Amino acid sequence: MGSVKGIRDKIAIIGMGCSKFGEHWDKSKNDLIVEATKEAIEDAKIEVKDIEAAWAGTWVSGFDGRCLADPLKLQYIPVTRVENACASGSDAFRNACYAVASGAYDMCLAVGFEKLKDSGYSGLPDQQSLPSNRYPDRTAPGMFALMATTYFSRYGLSPEEGKRMIGMVSVKSHYNGTLNPKAHLRREVKIEQVLNAPIIAWPLGLFDCCGVSDGAAAAIVVRAEDAKNFRPDPVYVKALQISVCPSEGELRADYDFTTVKATVRAGQMAYEEAGIKNPREEISMAELHDCFSITEAVTCEDLEFSPKGKVKEDIESGFFNLDGGLPVQPDGGLKSFGHPIGASGLRMLYEMYLQCQGRADKRQIKDARLGLTHNLGGIPISNTVSVLIIGL
Amino acid sequence: MAGIASYGAYIPLYRLNRPDIQKAWDSMIPIPGEKAVASYDEDSITMAVAAARDCLTGQDLKKVDRIYFASTTSPYREKLAATVVAGALGLNKETQTMDFGGSLRAGVNALRAAADAVDAGSANCVLVAAADTRLGAPKGDKEMSFGDGAAALLITKSDTAVYILGGHSVYQEFHDLWRSDQDRFVKSWEERFVREAGYNRIVPPTVAAALQKCNMTTADVTKAAIYAPDPRLLGVAAGKMGFDPMAQIQDPLYMTVGNTGCAQPLMILVAALEDAKAGDKLMCVSYGDGCDALVMQAGDKIDGIKDRRAIKRHLESKMIIPYTRYLIWRGLVETEPPPRPPINHISVPALWRDRDHGLALHGLKCKNCGTPQYPPQRVCVICQTQDNFETYDFAHKKATVTAFSHDNLAASIDPPSTIAAVDFEEGGRIIFNMVDRNPDDVKTGMPVEVSFRKVHFFESIHNYWWKCTPIRC
Repeated sequence: MGSVKGIRDKIAIIGMGCSKFGEHWDKSKNDLIVEATKEAIEDAKIEVKDIEAAWAGTWVSGFDGRCLADPLKLQYIPVTRVENACASGSDAFRNACYAVASGAYDMCLAVGFEKLKDSGYSGLPDQQSLPSNRYPDRTAPGMFALMATTYFSRYGLSPEEGKRMIGMVSVKSHYNGTLNPKAHLRREVKIEQVLNAPIIAWPLGLFDCCGVSDGAAAAIVVRAEDAKNFRPDPVYVKALQISVCPSEGELRADYDFTTVKATVRAGQMAYEEAGIKNPREEISMAELHDCFSITEAVTCEDLEFSPKGKVKEDIESGFFNLDGGLPVQPDGGLKSFGHPIGASGLRMLYEMYLQCQGRADKRQIKDARLGLTHNLGGIPISNTVSVLIIGL
Repeated sequence: MAGIASYGAYIPLYRLNRPDIQKAWDSMIPIPGEKAVASYDEDSITMAVAAARDCLTGQDLKKVDRIYFASTTSPYREKLAATVVAGALGLNKETQTMDFGGSLRAGVNALRAAADAVDAGSANCVLVAAADTRLGAPKGDKEMSFGDGAAALLITKSDTAVYILGGHSVYQEFHDLWRSDQDRFVKSWEERFVREAGYNRIVPPTVAAALQKCNMTTADVTKAAIYAPDPRLLGVAAGKMGFDPMAQIQDPLYMTVGNTGCAQPLMILVAALEDAKAGDKLMCVSYGDGCDALVMQAGDKIDGIKDRRAIKRHLESKMIIPYTRYLIWRGLVETEPPPRPPINHISVPALWRDRDHGLALHGLKCKNCGTPQYPPQRVCVICQTQDNFETYDFAHKKATVTAFSHDNLAASIDPPSTIAAVDFEEGGRIIFNMVDRNPDDVKTGMPVEVSFRKVHFFESIHNYWWKCTPIRC
């Protein structure tokens, strides 16, 4: 790993928006894009025509720049669609930031969106891409379940202990979701409910899996020195890192599923870019990619919030609760929002932005200065990971 | 003289209890025993591959210069199946590939043609693989009696363990059992006609003529492996021919496997060979639009054929399934589809590019760092060296499960879909589905083996790849 350069404190967010997430039978992807972008524009107190270039992050709900230009009627500006699996929204944001940092533009827009509930199926659309079809039947829950079974066995947890540990992750996120009017699922769940829920992919039960929903989120960025012209409380970009795994876990027998190397790597690079020495102490809060409860638990270790194999202690002590030492998923996470792929990264960023500005209402964390977002696109054996840090 | 150098067989893990079928239809006539049923991802091609792998245990693959696939239930009406079997086995590209079909005699026909080719010197080593998965209409006697299975024989001139001394054939054109190009299920004429005008009138004289050609009588025969649609018919006919049904007639596996079509005479021949001693005289007799009777004698090398699952060990491992599961597997009842998008894309060029590695489960081994990897890479996953690999066979390597889950969301006809990260003892990892397992018995660290299976069917293309199974037996 070479030394990390980056653009710490050069870019500021001056406006963000986020649609309500959910099963929007009555809304199209364009409705969601317009809803999220309108809020961001109003939040930044700018006009659409002020935006000089835009990036769209979507997995399967749009294919080129027209997916933004059309609904927003952007007037002949450059628009690029970015696709990087579950990190698509975060990568769209990263591209918008780099464009401004380069000096090419003064103001850029990033929008992440996904319309999944038109497909007629549970789970995500077919993700297989090998045209020979010679691969096992696998789904996201099936592949992340491998992480759970190996984690339990490596750290000596009985299936009951393991399920309880990851169950508590979901209980916490569901509680946070009840405080968030934009969340999809807003009901508190009890640990017994989680443990007794139908199994989706052993050992992951229904409440260990995030939902599937529709949604959009948007951000407007400018150079840091211009930010106070727009608002008194801009939030600054501290780190933008992406790490992509060359599908090692698929081929290498030494990969044991209890860690995601791309998360470790993206985290290390982000901490270096942001000048963070002790993440557990310095990070105020985080939105992690809790596509499954076990993913959140392992990510807490990969990002050095908890020592390896010890996340159980932090989960049990409430360290990641809203009133804990390092609140994780203060907005309810993918668990409560569902996971419209391209939208999730910017949805997470939206919560960190509100928290930094003290605008998170009942969810407000004390002394929220530095927020981290994490997306894990793909599956444990093959993935693309983003770690973004923003703050005051 | 051409003969059998090696044998193998395959019987699917799953069995139906015949009384369960009877109960499902409130049928009055009690029929005892079990029938073997191919799993939802098995067919005549995959079973032939399994039997051939058993037969080739300890054999040199490179010797095989011809393969005969015999079946009345080839997955394709037009397209060679022997090429799929040859590809899965990783046989030499110059191997001649031929399909034998259309008749319950296809298996023994292939065996005889193999012996003739070797005797004539046009081939040195012929692999014969016969398999059948015939469908009888639900509620009928053929559904009750039919079973699924496969057998394989290696025919050579040297190293033979069993010499083929001679044989006799007759044909008779008539319709006792048939299936037209319009039919899914096997049809038959009245049972009494089949018995009296068919089996009883054709088999005994053909057997007698074959023995006479070899200057033998029934008394000389140690074991006769004779095809029979049911054991009662065989018992009566055997008595007529002068055999002692108990001592000289090989159990036709009716009670344990069922009538496996063109594979049956070869499967019971394999069962006979498992018990054969040097000097034993054997017969293999097929029936269908006529009869073929072969006379053989075991030589000294019969004891050298070891470590086969063949019939005995396959019979020992089984799992009884409910009749409804069988009906779903065969598409005999329409059920609610899984709540997942169906796999609805296939690329023939992509399959073609994958024709060697995918079919034979051949990966690559990096010549720089020595790491085996699958699927084939251009750049090594460990040391990033580019294009410096040699072909590496994963299909015969020992492996264990590193991680697993049971996935209820995957679009499987037989949920849950068990997924396993499988690590090979000599290096390398492949993610497989695991089948023929009891989910409760799947554990991290359990040893597994690979099995050639059908993975998808789309655009009328049967797409095959590999899965893993617990070590069968």
